[in-house]
Amino acid sequence: MIDKTALHSNHLKHGAKMGEFAGYDMPLYYELGVMKEHEWVRESCGLFDVSHMGQAMIEGPGTLDFVHKIVPSDFSKLPEGQTKYTVLTNEQGGIIDDLMITHAGPDHYHLVINAGCKYKDMDWIKKHLPSSLKFTYFEDWALLALQGPKAEEVLKSVVGMDAADMPYMAMRPFEDMFVSRLGYTGEDGFEIAVHNDKAPALFEKLLAHPAVKPIGLAARDSLRLEMGYALYGHDIDDKTSPVEASMNWILSKERDGYFGSARIRKEQAEGPSKKFVGIKLLEPGVAREGAEIRNGSDQKIGGLTGGGFSPTLKASIGQGYVTPDLAAVGTKLFVNVRGKNIAAEVVRLPHVAAKTKSAKKKEAA
Amino acid sequence: MAELKFTKDHECLYVDGDLAWVGITAYAKDALGDIVFVELPDIGKSLSKGDSFAVVESVKTAADVYSPVDGEVVEANDNMPGDLDLIAKPVKDGGWIAKIKMADASQVSGLMSEAEYQDYLKTVD
Repeated sequence: MIDKTALHSNHLKHGAKMGEFAGYDMPLYYELGVMKEHEWVRESCGLFDVSHMGQAMIEGPGTLDFVHKIVPSDFSKLPEGQTKYTVLTNEQGGIIDDLMITHAGPDHYHLVINAGCKYKDMDWIKKHLPSSLKFTYFEDWALLALQGPKAEEVLKSVVGMDAADMPYMAMRPFEDMFVSRLGYTGEDGFEIAVHNDKAPALFEKLLAHPAVKPIGLAARDSLRLEMGYALYGHDIDDKTSPVEASMNWILSKERDGYFGSARIRKEQAEGPSKKFVGIKLLEPGVAREGAEIRNGSDQKIGGLTGGGFSPTLKASIGQGYVTPDLAAVGTKLFVNVRGKNIAAEVVRLPHVAAKTKSAKKKEAA
Repeated sequence: MAELKFTKDHECLYVDGDLAWVGITAYAKDALGDIVFVELPDIGKSLSKGDSFAVVESVKTAADVYSPVDGEVVEANDNMPGDLDLIAKPVKDGGWIAKIKMADASQVSGLMSEAEYQDYLKTVD
């Protein structure tokens, strides 16, 4: 049985080519096509239905301690109304899921989890949840992502919310919505949580703005690849540690005692056995997930976990795992596509500079 | 006599004597979306009917191009990877990917005519 989001009929109305993703019938692309949708997000403002993702709340006295048990990041200094990207780790230090956690209020932490992981995540959380805490899954809430340089302007003119002073990764309640300044594209933008009943009308209202076009999952994927963001089940999984995944920046420096901390500490001290890097092809061709990465002696030293053509760079990019000795930026490698070696090199991620709110501020400074 | 032939896998052939210029149909181009790369076959490559001899990469996916006939690659469209506008053109006007010297030119009689292909398209999708 395939699920539908509250916006399913909106997608059909707007001519979406639909396809299955994580158990949902989702828009892959609309009439513009992947390339133009991708460019539209980078230049104007794209609207995505990401309601397939799970939204949940953990609340009660001592929630912070519980959060600190299930993720390796430090939330003790995170102000109310701010969000952090982190991962759920298992006892072996592997990644159960990557997620956003918002300090929603005193003893309230709001979670946005991946569609394909949500039942697994909920089982894991409930299994370890102290009886003093409450876990709520918001089954009937939709999530819309508004992404691109014109997102702030669109939010103001269509929704009536002035976000000029809203920092990156902030979440604010507005009327009957929760608006977060974040996304999966590297652009400035917002995710709007809204009840299913009100989602279709909001979707249409946003699309009526001339700067806004609907964007499917295919362009969502090419946009996130340009940013080097991980896609769960592809770039990371329950065997991969956050150290291997080059996510050291999310790890608490002080705190231990979370699930899998022993392996993570060990890998931080001694180095992981593989490392997640960005890859750029130096010769024509396209390399996708599953392509072997080889060294100069034609030995397999890793593989691509994601890859494709970058509409922004007009070049082929990818990401994947290599042995740590070949992980330095500038290292020359080969990516094997259908038996042919294509010259490539390790590059710094993101492939395309982020234009999120905080990145813009840094540019101006 | 030169003629156009079509396959169920959406290859298009411009048949000129024992030479088949092979590319993909407009329907295939539309289904693939934005094409970003074409991997050409090596000259001299010997093909059996059904062998993949080229790959068309779009933003969305990679699609194999299959040889509709037995034969040998005698020419590849070297202009194509550098000029992807070519792939949008009809096979005989620059949209061909490779020219295959057919081992048995009578094999094309088993392929669809343009009218038959148009009827076939109504049954797909």
